[in-house]
Amino acid sequence: MKITMKILLGMIATIHQTIQAAVLTVIVALLFVEAPVVQAEYADVILNKRSEREGMRPVIFPHWFHRIRFRCKVCHHELGFEMRAGANDMTMEQITEGKFCGMCHDGEVAWSVENCDLCHSGRRGLESRIVGGHETLGPGAW
Amino acid sequence: MVLHKHTGRRLGLKYSILGILMLWATSVFAAGSWTPLEKDGIHDPESPAVRVLQQPREALSVLPDDTAGNMVHWVRALQEGYINPRTNIMPETKIEVLDLDVIMPETSEMPLVLFPHRQHTEWLDCSNCHDKIFKQKAGETPVNMFAVLQGEYCGQCHGAVSFPLTECKRCHSVPRNKVPR
Ligand code: HEC
Ligand code: HEC
Ligand code: HEC
Ligand code: HEC
Ligand code: HEC
Ligand code: HEC
Repeated sequence: MKITMKILLGMIATIHQTIQAAVLTVIVALLFVEAPVVQAEYADVILNKRSEREGMRPVIFPHWFHRIRFRCKVCHHELGFEMRAGANDMTMEQITEGKFCGMCHDGEVAWSVENCDLCHSGRRGLESRIVGGHETLGPGAW
Repeated sequence: MVLHKHTGRRLGLKYSILGILMLWATSVFAAGSWTPLEKDGIHDPESPAVRVLQQPREALSVLPDDTAGNMVHWVRALQEGYINPRTNIMPETKIEVLDLDVIMPETSEMPLVLFPHRQHTEWLDCSNCHDKIFKQKAGETPVNMFAVLQGEYCGQCHGAVSFPLTECKRCHSVPRNKVPR
C-alpha cells in the first residue's frame, strides 16, 4: 500500500516535472526565436538626409566608439553639435572644409575624409535617427 | 521502483538537453548584447567598412559591465580609469566639474531622485543642461516622469545615449524614509 502510494506520488511528481520542463523548453524556444532580431548598438546615429539621395550609403555615427575617446562635452559643447538627432544640418562640403565630423576627421585628430566607406557604411533605405538600444529604443518609443 | 529509475534517467536526459538549450540561448543572448556590425541591421553587410570598423564586443566587453544600454557601466569605466576620454580639443576650453547633489522630491510613491552633478559634469558641460533644460535652482524645473519618457529633461540623454529609463532605481535612489538633510 505504502509503496504504491510512493510510486503514485513519484509519478505525479515526474509528470509535474515533465510539464515544467516542457513549459521551460517552450519558453527557451520562444526566446530563441526572438534572439535573431537584429539590434544595432545602443546610441548609434543614422545620418541620411542627403547621402542616399546623392548615391552614397547612409552615414553611421557610433556614440560608443567616440565616447571611449571623447567626453560628451567635446562634441556637444566645444564643437557645437546639437543634442538632437537630425538637428545638425551637415553637408559633405562643410565636412571637407573642417566643420562637423571634419573638425576631427582631418588627418590629425582622426583619419581624414578620404575614407568615404568608413562613415558611409549604412544599409540603404534607413531613416535618420538615433538607434535605441536593448530596452527603450530611444525617446519617443514609449 | 524500476519505473521510477527509468523515468528518472529520461528526465535527467531531458534536463541536460534543456540545460544545453538554455546555455545556448544565453550565449546567443550574450552575443546579442553586442551584435556583430554585419548583423546589426543598420550596417550594410556588403560595405567594405564592416571588415575594417571595430566590433562593439571587442571594445565594450573589457569595460565594467552593466545590464542595459551599451552593457557598460560608463560612470565606473571613467572613475576607475578603464577609459580616459579627452575633455577638450582646444587648449583654451574651460573644464568645470561640480560636486553637488540635488534631491528631486516630486516622485509620488517612488523613491526620491538624486541628481549627482559630479558624475554628469565629468562627461558634460554646464551649458548642456543650463539653462536650456534645467534652471540653476533646485525645485524650479517642472520635471515629470511622463515628459522624461518622451525624451525631455533627463530623457534627452537617458534612453538615447546614457543608461536607459528602464533603470528606475538608479535615478530613484533615495528611499522616502531616508531623505538626507
Ligand atoms: C564625437 C562626437 C560626439 C560625442 C563624443 C558625443 N556625441 Fe552625442 N551626438 C553626436 C552626433 C554627431 C549626434 C547626432 C546629431 C544629429 O543627428 O544631428 C549626437 C546626438 C546626440 C543626442 C541626440 C539623441 C536624440 O535622441 O535625438 C544625444 C542626447 C547625445 N548625442 C548625447 C551624448 C552624450 C550624453 C554623450 C557623452 C556620453 C555624447 N552624446 C557624446 C556626436 C557626439
Ligand atoms: C567622417 C565621416 C565622413 C566621411 C569620411 C565622408 N563623409 Fe560624406 N557625409 C558625412 C556626413 C555626416 C554626411 C551628411 C549625412 C546625411 O545627412 O546624409 C555626408 C554626406 C555626404 C554626401 C551627401 C551630399 C552632400 O554633399 O552632403 C555625399 C555625396 C558624400 N557625403 C560623399 C562622400 C565621399 C565621396 C566621401 C569620401 C571622399 C565622404 N563622403 C566621406 C560624413 C562623412
Ligand atoms: C571629437 C573628434 C571627432 C568627431 C567630431 C568625430 N569623430 Fe569619428 N572618430 C574620431 C576618432 C579619434 C576616431 C578614431 C580614429 C582612429 O582610430 O585613428 C574616430 C573614428 C570614427 C569611425 C570609425 C570607428 C571604427 O570602428 O573604427 C567612424 C565611423 C567615425 N569616426 C564617424 C564619425 C562621424 C560620422 C562623425 C560626424 C558625425 C564623426 N566621426 C565625428 C574622432 C571624432
Ligand atoms: C546633466 C545635466 C546638468 C549638468 C551638466 C549641470 N547641471 Fe546643474 N542642475 C541640473 C539639475 C537637474 C538641477 C536641479 C534643477 C531643479 O531641481 O529644478 C541643477 C541645479 C543646479 C544648481 C542649483 C542647485 C541648488 O541647490 O539650488 C546649480 C547652482 C547648478 N545646477 C550649477 C551647475 C554648474 C555650475 C554646472 C557645470 C559645472 C552644472 N550645474 C551642470 C542639471 C545639470
Ligand atoms: C534618468 C532618471 C530617471 C529614471 C531612469 C526614472 N525616473 Fe522617474 N522621475 C525622474 C525625475 C527627475 C522625476 C521628477 C522628480 C521631481 O520633479 O522632483 C521622476 C518622477 C517620477 C514619478 C512621479 C510622477 C511623475 O509623473 O512625475 C514616478 C511615479 C516615476 N518617476 C516613476 C519611474 C519609474 C517607474 C521608472 C522606471 C521605469 C522611472 N521613474 C525611471 C527621473 C527618473
Ligand atoms: C545632457 C545629458 C544628460 C541629462 C540631461 C541627464 N543625464 Fe544623467 N547621465 C548622463 C551621462 C552621460 C551619465 C554617465 C553614465 C551613462 O552615460 O550611462 C549619466 C549618469 C547618471 C546617473 C548615474 C550616476 C552614477 O554614479 O552611476 C544618474 C543617477 C543620473 N545620470 C541621473 C540623471 C537624472 C535624475 C537626470 C535628470 C534630472 C539626468 N541624469 C539627466 C547624461 C545626462
